[in-house]
Amino acid sequence: MKKIYHRIIQISGNVITVEADNVANGELAEVKSPRGTSLAQVIRLDKTRVYLQVFAGSRGISTDSEVRFLGQPMRVSASDALLGRIFTGNGSPRDKGPALTDNMIDIGGPSVNPANRVIPKNMIRTGLPMIDIFNTLVESQKLPIFSVAGEPYNELLARIAMQAEVDIIVLGGMGLKYDDYLYFKETLDQQGALSRTVMFIHTAADPIVECLLVPDMALATAEYFATQENKRVLVLLTDMTNFCDALKEIAITMEQIPSNRGYPGDLYSQLASRYEKAVDFETAGSITILAVTTMPGDDVTHPVPDNTGYITEGQFYLVNGRIEPFGSLSRLKQQVNSETRADHRALMDNMIRLYAEYKEALEKQSMGFKMSDWDSKLLKYGNLFEQRMMDLRVNIPLEEALDLGWKTLAECFTPAETGIKTDLVKQFWPKNS
Amino acid sequence: MTETTPISKVTGVNGNMVSVEFAGAVMQNEVAYVLPADGSKLKSEVIRVRGREADLQVFESTTGVKVGDPVEFTSQLLSVELGPGLLTQVYDGLQNPLPELAKQAGYFLKKGLYVYPLDREKKWSYTPVAKIGARVQAGDTIGTVPEGIFKHRIMVPFAWTGEWTVIWTIEPGDYTIDTVVAKVSDGLNEREITMVQTWPVKIPITAYDDKLLPREPLITQVRIIDTFFPVAKGGTFCTPGPFGAGKTVLQHALSQRSEADVVIVAACGERAGEVVEILREFPHLDDPRTGQKLIDRTIIICNTSSMPVAAREASIYTSVTLAEYYRQMGLNVLLLADSTSRWAQALREESGRLEEIPGEEAFPAYLESLVASFYERAGLVRLKDGNLGSITICGAVSPAGGNFEEPVTQATLKVVGSFLALSRDRANARRYPSIHPLDSWSKYNSIVPKEKIDAARQMLRAGNDVNQMMKVVGEEGTPTSDFVTYLKSEFIDSVYLQQNTFDPVDSACGSKRQEYVFDKLLSVIAKSFSFPDKNAARTYFQNLRQAFIDWNYIAWDTDDFKTQEAKIDELLATA
Repeated sequence: MKKIYHRIIQISGNVITVEADNVANGELAEVKSPRGTSLAQVIRLDKTRVYLQVFAGSRGISTDSEVRFLGQPMRVSASDALLGRIFTGNGSPRDKGPALTDNMIDIGGPSVNPANRVIPKNMIRTGLPMIDIFNTLVESQKLPIFSVAGEPYNELLARIAMQAEVDIIVLGGMGLKYDDYLYFKETLDQQGALSRTVMFIHTAADPIVECLLVPDMALATAEYFATQENKRVLVLLTDMTNFCDALKEIAITMEQIPSNRGYPGDLYSQLASRYEKAVDFETAGSITILAVTTMPGDDVTHPVPDNTGYITEGQFYLVNGRIEPFGSLSRLKQQVNSETRADHRALMDNMIRLYAEYKEALEKQSMGFKMSDWDSKLLKYGNLFEQRMMDLRVNIPLEEALDLGWKTLAECFTPAETGIKTDLVKQFWPKNS
Repeated sequence: MTETTPISKVTGVNGNMVSVEFAGAVMQNEVAYVLPADGSKLKSEVIRVRGREADLQVFESTTGVKVGDPVEFTSQLLSVELGPGLLTQVYDGLQNPLPELAKQAGYFLKKGLYVYPLDREKKWSYTPVAKIGARVQAGDTIGTVPEGIFKHRIMVPFAWTGEWTVIWTIEPGDYTIDTVVAKVSDGLNEREITMVQTWPVKIPITAYDDKLLPREPLITQVRIIDTFFPVAKGGTFCTPGPFGAGKTVLQHALSQRSEADVVIVAACGERAGEVVEILREFPHLDDPRTGQKLIDRTIIICNTSSMPVAAREASIYTSVTLAEYYRQMGLNVLLLADSTSRWAQALREESGRLEEIPGEEAFPAYLESLVASFYERAGLVRLKDGNLGSITICGAVSPAGGNFEEPVTQATLKVVGSFLALSRDRANARRYPSIHPLDSWSKYNSIVPKEKIDAARQMLRAGNDVNQMMKVVGEEGTPTSDFVTYLKSEFIDSVYLQQNTFDPVDSACGSKRQEYVFDKLLSVIAKSFSFPDKNAARTYFQNLRQAFIDWNYIAWDTDDFKTQEAKIDELLATA
């Protein structure tokens, strides 16, 4: 029989302190207050003092509320029964279905042994030239969309998820607007993908601590499907900035010394332990992570996007409804773009380089300078590039997009002006130009 | 543990820091094991002592640790094992071989599982060197075993002080590393020497005669480094840059192409995926210098970002200690640390938990001295037998927000000999490697005479000035002669500074080829051109660039190489 503790000696933010013994770090407890029962997790031990983070928040907890320790860490039920279901951050059902208790597994488990990883090798086709040609998405990649409020990042996320060939989709929503939650639900339903989806949703109205649990719940579930059922899993996390802000809130409550703009010093490690769950196994499935990171004040040097960028394998910048060619990057593209077509890499590099020159020409034009012949060619090229490659409405397979790239170059330049190796020009330059 | 031994107990847990009320004496940086009820053994290190309480940083997750759990102290500093069989290994920050852990624990790392770093069963063909009666001291060779293409020296343990006389040696033959291969005596005590010794990672190995000034360049086959910002054998350099600027790609290129004897890759708090590429590819890549595989000269220390943070701190020291061990054999070692910022962040996390007064950006106040003492472990040394050995350290730095003013970059710049600034603008324009030609510097000697480099650098600077001016006055307001200067600087950039790491020929540009091509480049810079207008100039340089880039992709010293060169000469003759 577990002991019940009645004396809460400190309540500060969402953290309460009780005096108790024989309590393990990371253990769960149930806190019963007049307002109801909430789960809580041990986050610090100091002699007989036990610090607990209360999932539902500390509002309404009184100094004589009951605390009962459960003798186990946070867990999630892992089975096929998850599919098609929607849960809150702490794992209770958000839909009208039953609570699940089969095959409980620990969340936030240890890291994959790097020696067990394999080099990613499968391209994920999205139909977007900006991704497929220039920043190819690869199975087992971890990639955030850097954006600002108001951009259609959730739409982009949903579109890639629908078009990608994966077995299972796990959606982790953090601080999600209720409308966005409904949007995801409807989109998945319309496309018939709901039955292969698991959702852990924390909406903006829910207690902040539950936000912290969402990535771990989603990723533990994904690990189960990838390692036990050999599935290819796509995890969508939106919006990771809300997760970081929740971390900040707890750290400040715990009186930790902040490192940069109030965020805790271990922000990097916290983000890494989640993103690094993306993996490809030789003898099992894979986990691909697509996340959204909104940049406060459109500032990429803000601690959240900055730390994220150092962890993830590239990023897509979503600006003005388009994926920006500059800054957007897929670090794994080299693993797959040598296998697609011989011209893929050269075309990718040179089209971007020319687009950069177009930007310079545009600047000159806006300052009222005379345009040289070369500048005029660049201007023509830049406009075509934006229409044919950058517009998110374009939805064509990679090969078609590459051909369109050559066509665009041929309409604007002579072969020598493009800086592409001569043998590729011979093979791919459109003949009738 | 016997009943009479007083028991030390956990009194508090905060993240990966555990406070312990200890019995008996403890030593600073001593290794201890926390023993939770689930039966695991969690390795940890003493980082502070206050009264009867010691603070330990635990190299594992502390989930499940309770107040009152027993703690076992070992009286040993955190150490590594040194001996034959280190090459080709993949270790975590505490020198556990990862493939072996995978065999025992499966997909995921298991808490509290530790494995011997070296193979206990493997037999090595041992040849004694020191004769009976020989006087030896720490670091002297007593025998050798072949490892890869080297003679791996079995040395008198570095920790032994004073002179010793060899009184017994084993016959040549095949033995395991734990076999006693020699016995020595100092007249009072007799000691046994095996093929393996341990050394505490945080203390430098100094069993050499002298530290010398590094002079000879370490050829990396990256043109912009070897020609413009060279690195010396025994020198230090850093590659700070924002994310996406190509730090990792550059480090990979260095690990593959550098003309070092041993390469140690310390993946410290970075992505696991990047290590996997080395892990999976190096066993298949040929090392053109030795005819063996690249992995045969490589050790990988891999404590990636999601692995416990305290072990990340240790991984930097582990890797530099292994480097020092191979330097003692008269080899040139290249240590690539990616990234030292993650190491600094691990220090910051620890410091925060200790509630120390924070320095700038909450980094501990002693950050600078730790960074300096790490880089100071590099260097060219004369060993006691007169041979030279070196450690070259390349530290990647990941400055927050790409801002070089931050503490880690600044602390690093004070102590390194070469600074390769990676630039986001160059990366965005796909000008790789994105080392900035005007911001970077090096204090070491290049393979090309200084006057020639100055000529090229001057042209780059002049071209940059013209480009800045053109942004104000426009192309039409720029004289054609200035415009040609600009085109020449762009030409240097695109055919020499930029290099394609993914092309088998272009990625490996040897020193002979660099000298030869650089002279050709200088002839273009020195030549005075006269063009009717700017369009003609631009077209001419575009054609010349095309010819030069094609040349870069042709193997050195072949007929095709000469044919293409003739084409370039012809183009030069027409203008």
